[in-house]
Amino acid sequence: MNFWNDPLKVAADWLEGIFAGWGMDAVLAHVLVAFLGVFLLIIILMVLDIFLVWVERKVVARFQDRLGPNRVGPFGLIQPFADIIKLMIKEDTTPGGADKVVYNLAPILSMASVLILWAVVPLAPVMLGVDLNVGVLFLIAAGAIGTLSIIMAGWSSNNKFATIGGFRQVAVMVSFEIPMLAMLMIPVIFSGSMNMNTIIESQNVWYFLISPLGALIFLIAAIAELGRAPFDLAEGESELVAGFNIEYSGMKFGMFFAGELLHAFTFGGFWAILFFGGYRFFGLEQVSPFLAVLILVIKAMVGYWVIMWVRYTVMRIRIDQMLAFNWKFLTPLAFVLVLVTALADALLASAPTWLYVSGMFLANVLTGWAALEIARSATHKEREQLEGAKQPAEVSH
Amino acid sequence: MNEWLYVALFLIVGLIIPIGAITAGFIFGPKKPNPIKESTYECGIEPVGEAWVQFKAQYYIFALVFLVFDVEAVLLFPWAVKLGQLGLYVVIEGIIFVSILIVGLVYTWRKGMLEWV
Repeated sequence: MNFWNDPLKVAADWLEGIFAGWGMDAVLAHVLVAFLGVFLLIIILMVLDIFLVWVERKVVARFQDRLGPNRVGPFGLIQPFADIIKLMIKEDTTPGGADKVVYNLAPILSMASVLILWAVVPLAPVMLGVDLNVGVLFLIAAGAIGTLSIIMAGWSSNNKFATIGGFRQVAVMVSFEIPMLAMLMIPVIFSGSMNMNTIIESQNVWYFLISPLGALIFLIAAIAELGRAPFDLAEGESELVAGFNIEYSGMKFGMFFAGELLHAFTFGGFWAILFFGGYRFFGLEQVSPFLAVLILVIKAMVGYWVIMWVRYTVMRIRIDQMLAFNWKFLTPLAFVLVLVTALADALLASAPTWLYVSGMFLANVLTGWAALEIARSATHKEREQLEGAKQPAEVSH
Repeated sequence: MNEWLYVALFLIVGLIIPIGAITAGFIFGPKKPNPIKESTYECGIEPVGEAWVQFKAQYYIFALVFLVFDVEAVLLFPWAVKLGQLGLYVVIEGIIFVSILIVGLVYTWRKGMLEWV
């Protein structure tokens, strides 16, 4: 065992040795080392978050045929630091009638909910964070705190736009958590475990190949959970000005902004973990834990890029359309998919891998196709009722 | 050491970092409040009344249906974990269980409760 094979263990043993040398209690030393490790991870995440601001601005610029930040430093890389200094020296105004405690707690919770999500992220085979046996449920629970912070911000600001934004966020939360929960069952069914690391370990074939529809529905639900376009109803710049964060300024606004970006990146990471094999890539993860972390970060970046791609391509949908889309289409489809997956899994249990994968893939594609056909015919009927039966086209002679 | 203690460590550090950032903003930023600055934004005119008024929550029924499905997840996750070992019989039981809930959803739908009013 050396530093390149198991850096965390080596560093932890080394530090615990030093603390023991100072005459510290073994348990206390262990807790202190764990605390330092968590602190280091979160500092790295915050630095990554600053980098993500640059990535987001650069990518949106490319989508909109602009250049993006390019003045401060090479390729505008120093721009986010300038933003942070600006946010820090701005006056922090609090609206007069605000509920002070809730108002100040909301941005803190917004950031904290993202940071505790990283507790269950397995970074490499030997860097597991917390190896919870209910990691999947932890993902849902911690993700809901982020939604809660938006509701708190909206309600406590004592601003009508913010209140409407908070209310809309409730609507988003009560709908898209159900398809997300259902889609989290799919990796659980395949791996037989709710532990994130076991889910990665059992992905000899990417679950994306076994359940492409599941991965797609998970992504849609994740985007809604993040409150990004096309589901950014709580923010709605063109109708609600800025929605829930309208009364926030300075670093408190910065926390919402940074929290949202890191949340999106984190869900890109969870998408990679649940459906794209996490840190695994053709055995490369066994070479070095550093390589495994790099693979995970690249996969998470790809997921994050897809989320950005959707954000800057699709326009915002109305709240009634969103609720109808979720409750009349996505939720029934998600549960049917879970049942189809369970049934196909039981029927193909003893089949060879190639048959299992292709059977599962086919079951997914058929389910998705059938759902789209049913939705299409239902929409046609509805439109005929609204507009009257289709008139035969007039033929001019 | 219990693994939930590590989660608690994550929570503590996760709270310290944003609190620190906001405190830094509080220290470095100017503090010159006045009543005009503290009034809430309402399209540039003076705000009328409070924002904490009674709302019509059009998604009330949605929230009720959400609760049913959310509780259902608690029952379905153990089912999903042990599925590989229990075989076809349990899959069919799961199908029956979810079908009952889907019937409930369809009933709500047919009653016209899944419409935005």
